[in-house]
Amino acid sequence: MLLVYLATLSLYASTYTIILLTSIFMYIILTVSWVIFSGPTGYISFAPAAFFGVGIYTSAVLGTELPLPLVILTGGVISFILALFVGALTLRLKGVYFTMFTLGLVELSKHLLLWYEIKYTGTRGRFVILVDNNTIYYIMLAILVLLLLTSYLIRRSRFGLALRSIGESEEASAHLGVNVNLLKTITFAISAIFMGATGAIMATRWTYVDPYIAFKLHYSFMPVLMSVFGGMGQLYGPVLGAGIFAILEELLITKFPYYYMFTIGLILLIVIVYLPNGLVGLIQKWQRRNPEEQHATP
Amino acid sequence: MPLLEGIGVTKNFGGLAAVSEVDFKITKGKVVGLIGPNGAGKTTLFNLVSGAIVPKSGTINFKAENITGMQPYRICRKGVARTFQSVKVFGSMPVVENVLLGSIFGAPNGSSMSEAAEEATELCEFVGLSEMRTAPAHSLTLGNKKRLEVARALATKPELLLLDELMAGLNTTELTEAMELVNKIRDRGITIFMIEHVMHAIMSICDRIIVLHHGQKIAEGTPKRIAANKTVIEAYLGE
Repeated sequence: MLLVYLATLSLYASTYTIILLTSIFMYIILTVSWVIFSGPTGYISFAPAAFFGVGIYTSAVLGTELPLPLVILTGGVISFILALFVGALTLRLKGVYFTMFTLGLVELSKHLLLWYEIKYTGTRGRFVILVDNNTIYYIMLAILVLLLLTSYLIRRSRFGLALRSIGESEEASAHLGVNVNLLKTITFAISAIFMGATGAIMATRWTYVDPYIAFKLHYSFMPVLMSVFGGMGQLYGPVLGAGIFAILEELLITKFPYYYMFTIGLILLIVIVYLPNGLVGLIQKWQRRNPEEQHATP
Repeated sequence: MPLLEGIGVTKNFGGLAAVSEVDFKITKGKVVGLIGPNGAGKTTLFNLVSGAIVPKSGTINFKAENITGMQPYRICRKGVARTFQSVKVFGSMPVVENVLLGSIFGAPNGSSMSEAAEEATELCEFVGLSEMRTAPAHSLTLGNKKRLEVARALATKPELLLLDELMAGLNTTELTEAMELVNKIRDRGITIFMIEHVMHAIMSICDRIIVLHHGQKIAEGTPKRIAANKTVIEAYLGE
């Protein structure tokens, strides 16, 4: 029902709505794909901005050479390969060491690209092909649907079970026959596909990109915050978290630009202290409480 | 041909020889005990067999195949399962899913989802956890967590089961049940190699006992002979 509505939206919604929804989709995609890997395993990755940036640059470089769908696919594939490589190298690292490496990856990618551009092309930044708002919207919707499907299937499958066991005890998981290194690396890479593809299509909205715009740590932090806000226990958690957060961001930036960061920070603090399982935890608490109350009233 | 064989197995942690030139043989169908004072290298030896760590030198053969330095998941699929001294259950997952994971990933030929689910339910019953099948594993008592580790290990259809202090920290009732459980596993035709400090348990269950001290094997034999062995008594009580 919702899908039909979203799929026909361009017929009756304003351009503003379309653009706003595209931004919301972007955050949902980044968050849900982040949760595919980091949710069950507990490996906190700050790499989304790196994969997102790779997608953006793929679009900037190949946008004029290839048809749009192929550009987006290439963005996803390059991110996938980068994630495989990085994952194979670093997923043996545990806890905070892995997190720090992923943070470094974003900076490394940015500066590598800066160095390359200045040394070999002599200019910083590039223009990106223009794509109309409706096309961007529909491509984002398609990526989102594909991502939700992938995420759902992984959660339901034996691999979802194995990923959760890795989060609980990696050693026990390995001793029960799970090839933990391979599973971690591949899942990390699958989540990167969606981030890369999203970067490739979103780049077309910005007309001009340079490494500072493409590899912004903002896109690494947001998925983490949004999934904490939404809760990772259920698939709808990160969707809800990212959706509400994105709308909130839009409202605050347009209406109260000076209080934007302050309010976001306050909300996060409250959530972390009072709702350790995010919105999902809150909803589940309500669901559990309601039947009890019915019993209690005679 | 022994089921499991170690030749000159050595592992150092810095300057400390945790396990030094240890030879051992485990015959199919037997229950073999591994004892020794704290810090003797017992758990390290288990870690070497299960692939958690790689020996500095020496060879470990399982069913005449060299498994030295193989990854834990591969050793598991070859038929070696283990439990952990400090329990490592998957706390937020239901008991039955803990077991299910072993059936799906650890069995040599792999199982389909429905087969695995059936096996997991059956194994919960075997170790006496039927009633708490759907409870999250972290809510179990220590004794039940240890049984869950056994069920999970059995789900991988092992030929050799390594039990690392199954009985430590259990009360008398739980202890008797744990001893019964070990006998029931043996009756299934599974060879058992167990680290244990509870002496009366190990003396009554084991066919043979290996004694480690400061990383070296100081004695091996039937429980009766070990109990009378002078070197062993000295290692435990001092000279």
